[in-house]
Amino acid sequence: MSAFGATDLDLSNRRRERAFRGLFGAMTALLILPVILILGMLVWKGHSVFSLEFFLAHPRNGMTEGGILPALVGTLYLVAVALFASVPLGVAAAIYLSEYAPDNLLTRLINLAIINLAGVPSIVHALFGVGAFVLFFDFGTSILAASLTLAVMTLPVVIVATRESLQAVPQAFREASWSLGATRWQTIRRIVLPNSVSGILTGVILEVSRTVGETAPIMFTGATFYVAFLPMSVFDQTMAMSYHLYTITTQVPGVPEALPFAVALTLIAIVLLLNSVSIAFRMVLRGKKKW
Amino acid sequence: MAEAAQPAIRTRGLNLWYGDFQALFDVDLDIARGRVTSLIGPSGCGKSTLLRSVNRIVERLDYVRTSGSIEVMGHDVLAEGVALTRLRQEVGMVFQRPNPLPISIRKNVLFAHRLHHPGRRTRTGDDEVVERALREVLLWDQVKDRLSDLATGLSLEEQQKLYIARLLPVKPSVLLMDEPCSALDPEATSAVEELIWELRGDYSILIVTHNMAQARRASDECVFMLMGKVVEHSVTGDMFVTPEHTETADYIEGRYG
Repeated sequence: MSAFGATDLDLSNRRRERAFRGLFGAMTALLILPVILILGMLVWKGHSVFSLEFFLAHPRNGMTEGGILPALVGTLYLVAVALFASVPLGVAAAIYLSEYAPDNLLTRLINLAIINLAGVPSIVHALFGVGAFVLFFDFGTSILAASLTLAVMTLPVVIVATRESLQAVPQAFREASWSLGATRWQTIRRIVLPNSVSGILTGVILEVSRTVGETAPIMFTGATFYVAFLPMSVFDQTMAMSYHLYTITTQVPGVPEALPFAVALTLIAIVLLLNSVSIAFRMVLRGKKKW
Repeated sequence: MAEAAQPAIRTRGLNLWYGDFQALFDVDLDIARGRVTSLIGPSGCGKSTLLRSVNRIVERLDYVRTSGSIEVMGHDVLAEGVALTRLRQEVGMVFQRPNPLPISIRKNVLFAHRLHHPGRRTRTGDDEVVERALREVLLWDQVKDRLSDLATGLSLEEQQKLYIARLLPVKPSVLLMDEPCSALDPEATSAVEELIWELRGDYSILIVTHNMAQARRASDECVFMLMGKVVEHSVTGDMFVTPEHTETADYIEGRYG
């Protein structure tokens, strides 16, 4: 036997190695399976409905025919207004927490609160939205109330993503800037923000993709079963993709089987599209990464 | 007192504490104008602390307390109402590791200049500032064709020179250098030393170094510190040939470090 021949120990190690590798691989496959099944099912069941009309027409005949235009437009409207509220607020808060706040008990408590806020169930946010925006501020059930509810819900995500990308900028850059006599704001404006904007954008886009699919927060605050017109102002109610899917699946009799599948597929397509935009963004900006 | 006779940096009875730990004890020091002075001593002797207290960057740690006085070019640095950003224009600082900002070479040089001279800028005016600063640090010929390249792509030696160039447009009188060559290879070290030697006269330079050979080669005067106190301050040649104190002799001959 050669000096380097496999011993019993080597053989048993090798067997174990193969077993674990197989186990982890199988788990991964199991994980992908539902994704493929869901997508496959949606395409298979829903594809017959897709046409230009599906995207460009209003629903007809008690939601059993026609398209999804008002829901599509409504979702975009909701998301845009939500972004308008949450991005400036979230980014500003993250800049304060990351660049200005001293590391003390209060700051740590605030950080803890933000993380916990991210874990609050969306139905709780919905009820908060009803109480705060619909009733207290008297916006009524409207795009404004629904979007603000979505904004509150996604704020922690924006703050955490922004704070993380700010903190990814090496401290050495800040010190170099300070030692040249720059103030904190000059340093943030000229050095920190330009180098973290890719991360912030990625966070924002991921937030959008989450907002698109939310149903509970808009259900009581601004989404409606059916409107004959596209929303004109933030005080209008609107249809939305997620809520539309919910109603045609559970509330309306006589909807052809393919329709909900097509709506669901469109919803997923929007989310996937946004996620790929975010990934593309990250790749482009990382390619330009400056250090 | 005549301007020229005034030292660039003068400390009197300077004590400094990090919390309960006293890092500097009654430091009285006159750093000559237009000369290169090396601060040497074993690790933890307080030389970096002394250097960092001159532009008050040491105060970033909020448990630092100071007593005594520090003057730069005759002006009290610790006085109330001193604007740190003004002070740091007058007293430029070079760190151990080259630390270019992740922007172009040109913008690096202009960074401080733009901060301190907002508004009224012209392209040609900026070009002049950039060229003068880069020429001063002997870097112009190497980088003049790639001024818009990222500064992070330069070699360490070039980065360290760029760092120094970046300080010059705001016209500092004092340059503090904290082991400016410790991240460089021997060849780059001698290039940067050459530059430091070149800059003396126009600037008063205080360097912290662990490298005895460097202190000997590239400084006019040497200050030896031990346990937060100044042990000896003399002309470099004298210190290395005929040190007054046995501690100094022991240190420069490498008996402890």
